[in-house]
Amino acid sequence: MADHDSTALQDFRQEVRSWLAENFPAELKGVDGTIYQSNVHTAAADPTYQLWRERFASVGWGVPTWPVRYGGAGLGTEEAVIIGEELARAGAFNPIRSFGVMMLGPTLLEYGTEEQKQTHLPYIADHTRRWCQGFSEPGAGSDLASLQTKCTDMGDHWLVSGQKIWTSGADQADWCFCLVRTDTSRKQGGISFLLIDMKSPGVEARPIVLISGVTHFCEVFFTDVKVPKENLVGEVNGGWTVAKRLLQFERDSLSGVRSGLGSLAPLAHQYVGTDAEGRIADSDLRGRMIHNAMRASAYAATLERFRDEAGEGRGPSNGVSVLKNLWSGIAQERAELEVEILGSQGLGWGDDSYADEERAITRHWLHSKAYSIYGGSYEVQNNITAKRSLGLPDA
Amino acid sequence: MALNDEQIMLKDMAAGWVKDTMPTTAARALYGAPDGIGHAPDAWAEMAAMGWTGIIVPEAHGGSDFGFRSLGLVLEELGRTLAPSPLLSSALAVSALRLAGDAAQQARWLPGLADGSVIGTLAVDEGPRHAPLATALTATPVGGGWRLDGIKRPVQDGMAAHLAIVVARVADGGADDLALFAVPCDVAGLTRDPLDQVDARVPAIYRFDGVEVGPDSRLVGGTAMVDALLDRARAGLSAEMLGMMTQAFETTLEYLKTRVQFGQLIGSFQALQHRAADMFAELQLTRSAVEAALSAVDADADDLPTRASLAKALAGESLHRISRQMVQLHGGIGMTHEHDAGLYLRRAGVAEQCYGNAAFHRERWGRLNGF
Repeated sequence: MADHDSTALQDFRQEVRSWLAENFPAELKGVDGTIYQSNVHTAAADPTYQLWRERFASVGWGVPTWPVRYGGAGLGTEEAVIIGEELARAGAFNPIRSFGVMMLGPTLLEYGTEEQKQTHLPYIADHTRRWCQGFSEPGAGSDLASLQTKCTDMGDHWLVSGQKIWTSGADQADWCFCLVRTDTSRKQGGISFLLIDMKSPGVEARPIVLISGVTHFCEVFFTDVKVPKENLVGEVNGGWTVAKRLLQFERDSLSGVRSGLGSLAPLAHQYVGTDAEGRIADSDLRGRMIHNAMRASAYAATLERFRDEAGEGRGPSNGVSVLKNLWSGIAQERAELEVEILGSQGLGWGDDSYADEERAITRHWLHSKAYSIYGGSYEVQNNITAKRSLGLPDA
Repeated sequence: MALNDEQIMLKDMAAGWVKDTMPTTAARALYGAPDGIGHAPDAWAEMAAMGWTGIIVPEAHGGSDFGFRSLGLVLEELGRTLAPSPLLSSALAVSALRLAGDAAQQARWLPGLADGSVIGTLAVDEGPRHAPLATALTATPVGGGWRLDGIKRPVQDGMAAHLAIVVARVADGGADDLALFAVPCDVAGLTRDPLDQVDARVPAIYRFDGVEVGPDSRLVGGTAMVDALLDRARAGLSAEMLGMMTQAFETTLEYLKTRVQFGQLIGSFQALQHRAADMFAELQLTRSAVEAALSAVDADADDLPTRASLAKALAGESLHRISRQMVQLHGGIGMTHEHDAGLYLRRAGVAEQCYGNAAFHRERWGRLNGF
């Protein structure tokens, strides 16, 4: 949208560009920033990354639209987009991306007390405090509101006991935003939203190995964990309202994950070959690749359209359930196509027999099955769309 | 890209007029009308009076020059009720003259196209499948002018048109050997007959038998110009299809909220809720693709071919799915002539084929993008 920049925005773009030229460490150029997001040890052990994080946090650009007093930069959505575009242009990455930034921060800005905002937001903004999301339980997946983690009012503190599962990065997190049951007589109306320090006695996180071989998720056990009263967000038994808003922020961030969806044509040229006219030799595969790429293109246009229509500063709407299902379907199909293109080279596990790039495709294919499960499954998203966007009746 | 105030007003005006003046009963009345021309001349006169025939005509020639995105807004509203009109066909003649006409050609035709007294159309296809590169109709130089020989079918709104923009193969053209001619439909040697097809429109078969036209009938440009014109046709028709599928979806959704079976509203069944949610998602993808294609016309964007094919392919796929589901979800009543579902299904079949079906445009998109 560079051609629509006003003079002020053009000036801002120039400012960001110059700042990046001076401050982004050249050693990090082209590095995949998500490695620091997913591994706290990698991040801690890399002084260049730490330098970059501190510099970026000092100007508040990790959370550009947040108020300056909470560590943001107080900017508008257009400026935030420009920062993202200039980062990409410079081969740089945002070192502040986290669950705190994507989910808890926006939720606290809407529902948190002033004290909670001051206590937590600045440490999300500079990425010195990692958060995990304690929502799902063994018996509460798609039916999230059936969660049972017990929270008792002990007068001067809360006492929490129960088990959470699929908690991303819990073994590396400093804090957990958690849904707990404060009333067993009502379902949604008996849930509260609590912030729990993972260093509290009685908290234990155990990693779960997934089909893709990674241990991204954990089980978290709470055994008689004492939590200060001021860590409750929103009203007692009002946590479902807060959680629904947070889930919208989560779906919004998940549906925005579309980076790296470059064309698969070069990969197919390499592994499948071409016919006399230069087309991908397997015409059936080619047709399905084209269809998937077209849908990805229309999806990108849809993201842009939804963003335009939502307008400045309104945050995500019910439309995020539509976006999340579209994106997960397109991305999963793409991952299937990648493996099909590689043929038997797309089914390697050990690192001696297959190239790193090939194994990455295989692992990503397996991992991609989570797209339609996490953040609310495909089925849950369609329930939400049917009820909230289409106004269809309850059974 | 967000609509400006004028576009919002135009869209509201079109929505209101279509609802009041051109409900689906209007399309229904045209079915099987003897000597029908596929639209209602009274309604056409009203559309012209509202300025819709001049939306993409330059102001100097009596139009408002509002652009293709604005035209798309009107086409979308007309599509909602299947309102038959030659608005798109006539606009394509305007596009041809704007893109490839000289000052004299524009002065001759544009004012009439702008005020609706002249109806234009595009004569491109010659057989059952859209294949412009296989054009066989020939244009042979004779005595300073041209002689046209061949057949065009189906020519959209062909029985109503006064001016046809004809795609022809010029004998001396080499690789870039397609050309466009502006031909008055009453020219000697041109006979036309109606094609009685499944929807309310009346396309025609045009037979050119030694039709002689002057040198001033040839527009500039070759195959690339034909493509540029066809991409406008694809974007415009996609807008109409978007309106059709939006209404088909909303009508079906309303039925899910009112029809009771097994003692409950059928819209409370999860299987049907998810089908509706999936259709709604497809509708969103399609809307984005169509709006992007219309805007690409106005921006004269380099990627118009890609965007036009994306729009027409998605519009074809989504309209196909939603029009079929409209019948299925209405059950028995959807199979009756009395219900509108059949009208949407029949018009969908025609629109899907016109100017290239989804398979044509997936293949074209793939070729343009290195697959």
